[in-house]
Amino acid sequence: MVRGFSSGRRGRLKRTLVPWLVPALLLAFWQVSSMLGWIPTRILPAPTAIALAGLQLARSGELWTHLSVSAARAGGGFLIGASLGLFFGVLNGLLRRAELLLDSSFQMLRNIPPLAMIPLVILWFGIGEEARVFLVSLGVFFPVYLNTFNGIRSIDPGLLEMGRVYGLSNWKIITDIVLPGAMPSILVGVRFSLGIAWIILIVGEQIAANSGIGYLAMNAREFMQTDIIVFSILLYALLGKFSDALARKLEFRLLPWHPNFQRLSKEFRARPALS
Amino acid sequence: MTHATPETGSHLHLDRLTKAYGAQTVLSGIELTIPSGHFTAIVGRSGCGKSTLLRLLSGLETSNGGDIRVGGTPLRGVNQQARIMFQDGRLLPWKTVLDNVGLGLRGDWRPRGLEVLRHVGLQERAHDWIARLSGGQRQRVALAKALITRPRLMLLDEPLGALDALTRIEMQSLIESLWLEQGFTTILVTHDVEEAVTLADRILVLEEGRIARDFANDLPRPRRRGDPGFAHLTARVLESILLRNRPSEAPPQASGVPDGHAREASADSGMAALSH
Ligand SMILES: Nc1ncnc2c1ncn2[C@@H]1O[C@H](COP(=O)(O)OP(=O)(O)O)[C@@H](O)[C@H]1O
Ligand SMILES: [Mg+2]
Repeated sequence: MVRGFSSGRRGRLKRTLVPWLVPALLLAFWQVSSMLGWIPTRILPAPTAIALAGLQLARSGELWTHLSVSAARAGGGFLIGASLGLFFGVLNGLLRRAELLLDSSFQMLRNIPPLAMIPLVILWFGIGEEARVFLVSLGVFFPVYLNTFNGIRSIDPGLLEMGRVYGLSNWKIITDIVLPGAMPSILVGVRFSLGIAWIILIVGEQIAANSGIGYLAMNAREFMQTDIIVFSILLYALLGKFSDALARKLEFRLLPWHPNFQRLSKEFRARPALS
Repeated sequence: MTHATPETGSHLHLDRLTKAYGAQTVLSGIELTIPSGHFTAIVGRSGCGKSTLLRLLSGLETSNGGDIRVGGTPLRGVNQQARIMFQDGRLLPWKTVLDNVGLGLRGDWRPRGLEVLRHVGLQERAHDWIARLSGGQRQRVALAKALITRPRLMLLDEPLGALDALTRIEMQSLIESLWLEQGFTTILVTHDVEEAVTLADRILVLEEGRIARDFANDLPRPRRRGDPGFAHLTARVLESILLRNRPSEAPPQASGVPDGHAREASADSGMAALSH
């Protein structure tokens, strides 16, 4: 183990502050450059201008409307896609016959980028909510499906055999061995697909929408409001970060037994994280 | 053998038991009778079919010929009287120690679960995750899990193979005391001949799908490694495995050299049962 910092309270303070050093310097440089006129506002407004634009959007209530619309789309699409992915992942993971019937079709569909479907989806659903929710579900489905399927297939066969010796019913084997065993992999799929959900939504909202953060950004472009555009971009980053944190929380909750997610004792906490 | 009563341990009779995987015959015509409550060890080279034999006895595999009688009735499906314990413990990491012990049980099993955990010396770890336990502690949990249903046949497939020498000796005396106390019939597969001599009444050498040698072990318990009788029997068993490992170099085995501590009989005659 490489020790970069001294331990104790000062070491901890350093560890929390040091990663922010470079972003803070960049931000300061950006602000000064804007104020000196080195960067034209039309290209990139000053950080303060962006913050101000955000504040105004929040005050007028516009921000919350668009935010909640986007969140509902991402959440709805995610729920539909993840439920279907989980269902078919479990089905195909457990039953060879179902796998034989469905898996190769899924593998073929998986190679179509969801965004390539946009023209077709608009023809099918118009530019209503269905189109965007459908695209998000489609993007979410495959990571959840694949990880669930692989998670189930990579369960130690010894554990399944043990379940049989100990007289567990098939249902008990599924609920007590198969699903918990596949859970770490399922959650990897969930975390990955949350990221995908936002990406698809951004594009979907920029192409055809009259509300949502993507719409906010595209609308601002028409009026050359660079500050709002940059603010929307930051908003997406924030939302992505937020949903990632949510997924991590879920991992801690659902995998309390997993060595990776156990509350580590102090001596191990200083170890650098792998993510 | 006064500790074992006929009601507590399974009586086993194997008749021309044969198992093949595809073209490969793993067990060919095993004849074996194991009286209730006996402790039998099976040794032999890796790949000679020891695990396969245990899996057949537990009902996890079906034979290609011959039959297994448990207390007189032919075995069909999973052997309800048997519990099998593996080298890797096969515990569920997402369940606590106590929940692993009670896996698949209904009703109010928790008090009994805590009791068997106390038996193996792990009561205070009942609510820990498996990941927090050492290898030896995990095997204790696996043992407790096997014990909770009061099995009549205990099948141990190299259960101590992954443990360090000290923990192994500790576990051996634990297994011995539990066996003496509860009287289940035990079959222990091991690659450690000393372990076999320490624990078993009888040591079978499995080779090429047959029982090649059958040693009785009458040494008084508890057995100590230093005893001359212990060392002698260990050497004899080892020798019989090693000699057969190099058939071209080895001279033909002399039949049954008399020995004060251990009798030896050729199992090929079909007279595998011992008259204790
Ligand atoms: N499920 C299986 N399918 C095919 N061959 C098997 C299977 N299980 C065991 N074997 C073969 O049977 C032989 C005996 O295996 P095993 O009983 O595990 O040996 P060991 O004495 O080391 O426990 C080995 O050659 C092994 O490759
Ligand atoms: Mg084996």
